[in-house]
Amino acid sequence: MHPFLITDNWYDLRDLGNLSGRLLELLDDALPFGLVYVLAALIGFAASFLIFVLPSQLIVGVYGERKLIGRIQSRYGPNRVGPFGLLQPVADAIKLMQKEALTPKTADRALMYLAPIVFVAPCVLLFAVIPFGPNMVFADIPVAILYFLAVSSIPVLTTFMAGWSHNNKYSLFGAMRVVAMTISYELPLVLGMLGVVLFTGTLALQGTVLWQKELDIWLVFLQPIAFAIFFISASAELNRTPTDIAEAESEIVAGYLTEYSGMKWGLFYGMDIGYAIAAAAFGVTVFLGGWTLFGLEKWVPPWIIFIGKTHLFYFLFIWTRGTLPRLRIDQLMTFAWKFMLPIALLNLALVATERMFWIEQEADDSIVYAFAIINIIAAAAAVYGWSRALGYRPEETPLRPRLVSEAGGFVPLESGGEGAT
Amino acid sequence: MLYEYGHIGILVIVALIFPVGALVTSWALQFVNIRPASKPDVVRDDTYECGVRTEGPSLVQFNFRFYYIALLFVIFDVELVFLFPWALVFEKIGWVGYLEGLGFIGILCLGILYAWRKRALEWR
Repeated sequence: MHPFLITDNWYDLRDLGNLSGRLLELLDDALPFGLVYVLAALIGFAASFLIFVLPSQLIVGVYGERKLIGRIQSRYGPNRVGPFGLLQPVADAIKLMQKEALTPKTADRALMYLAPIVFVAPCVLLFAVIPFGPNMVFADIPVAILYFLAVSSIPVLTTFMAGWSHNNKYSLFGAMRVVAMTISYELPLVLGMLGVVLFTGTLALQGTVLWQKELDIWLVFLQPIAFAIFFISASAELNRTPTDIAEAESEIVAGYLTEYSGMKWGLFYGMDIGYAIAAAAFGVTVFLGGWTLFGLEKWVPPWIIFIGKTHLFYFLFIWTRGTLPRLRIDQLMTFAWKFMLPIALLNLALVATERMFWIEQEADDSIVYAFAIINIIAAAAAVYGWSRALGYRPEETPLRPRLVSEAGGFVPLESGGEGAT
Repeated sequence: MLYEYGHIGILVIVALIFPVGALVTSWALQFVNIRPASKPDVVRDDTYECGVRTEGPSLVQFNFRFYYIALLFVIFDVELVFLFPWALVFEKIGWVGYLEGLGFIGILCLGILYAWRKRALEWR
């Protein structure tokens, strides 16, 4: 055994799970059982949420995102508060905290205050099942993928609560739109996850990571369609900019957030980023190997690898947000129902066939590399073929904009149209 | 195993304390003298529409397409729930399970085709 490898000893701080396990053992001798049980939950909460999520939210989510989007749009971004504007999130939090939260007279007060509270709670719960390292998972439940999908769909309800409670036209429209969009994108997302579950044969997240580690392949190569569907659906469910029809400023003011101000709005804003980080962590765990990195996890702390991967994944969200224009609601709905859902079903049938072949032939585990090549080719063929079948013809799009007169449109006389001499 | 679910139960309480604390702190700050409460006003206490007083009822009619989407979602989501156990026990059920699963996916495809032909997927 190499002296620098990660061990299971409690003093090996590269895997914090050992230390907290040891700590709880010690406390178990000193305290009655029930108290240790509660303490274990609190330690887990502190470790996963206060140490990882909140700093990520403040530094990467608020500061990094605003700075990067600023650079993408040729601006500086926040650069006044503190060195390089690093204290901007703190200033924002103080400002939101002391602002007056207006409540309209005609609004449903109870629902309006309840919505942000119910919106925040699931975000904390989502991180309970994410594995940060070999022993660093707060609750390693056997149905973690199902749990994650279920808990992450609670915010839809709060969105509608918020939109309904305001008694405002824009809020109601925004809430209706977001509910319709989210439930449409839920279906391809769940179908894509089914493909992953078929391959791994487990719903536990730690099990999924270990499966990828054992076979030395990431599920993103085995399931490219599922990964693309996950990324698009996640950014749709998070209402991030390519798909943020819920709060399209030019159409419906701010959607379901129209009447919110002060801390009530702040909770929505902060937790939107929290959900994005949760989605990134889930995507990294399922598709990108979680805390493993080709054997490097034996030497450096696995949770550093995991956090680094999560932030890189989150960068993809920022990138799409900064570069893609907003889509119309009919485009979004058509894309979910007519493009992603059939392709997800096709993917599921393909995966089932491959898995059946694998089991029946009792093939070697290295057959997954063949499956990866087949699936990547099938993904490219399916996306290309299906988009052409739906009428996408890039070669027929004219390279330069066509003039009105070329298309047979009406051109008035004084600007040189028909009959002008 | 249930031990883990209990932890999540405790986490629910912690997760609820967090936003309630933030809202209560924000509410309590109006009694400290750093933020004078603004005077009540007709437009201030009204729901926002464009800056002047709101006209007409707020709970207006909306597009019936939303109901179509909701119905389709319920149908397909219930069918997806049946596919999760199938995916989990796939190794044990062999060819019969495989063919039945494919048949089920075929029924899902037929469902989409029917909705497509009935123009329920159009958004107009």
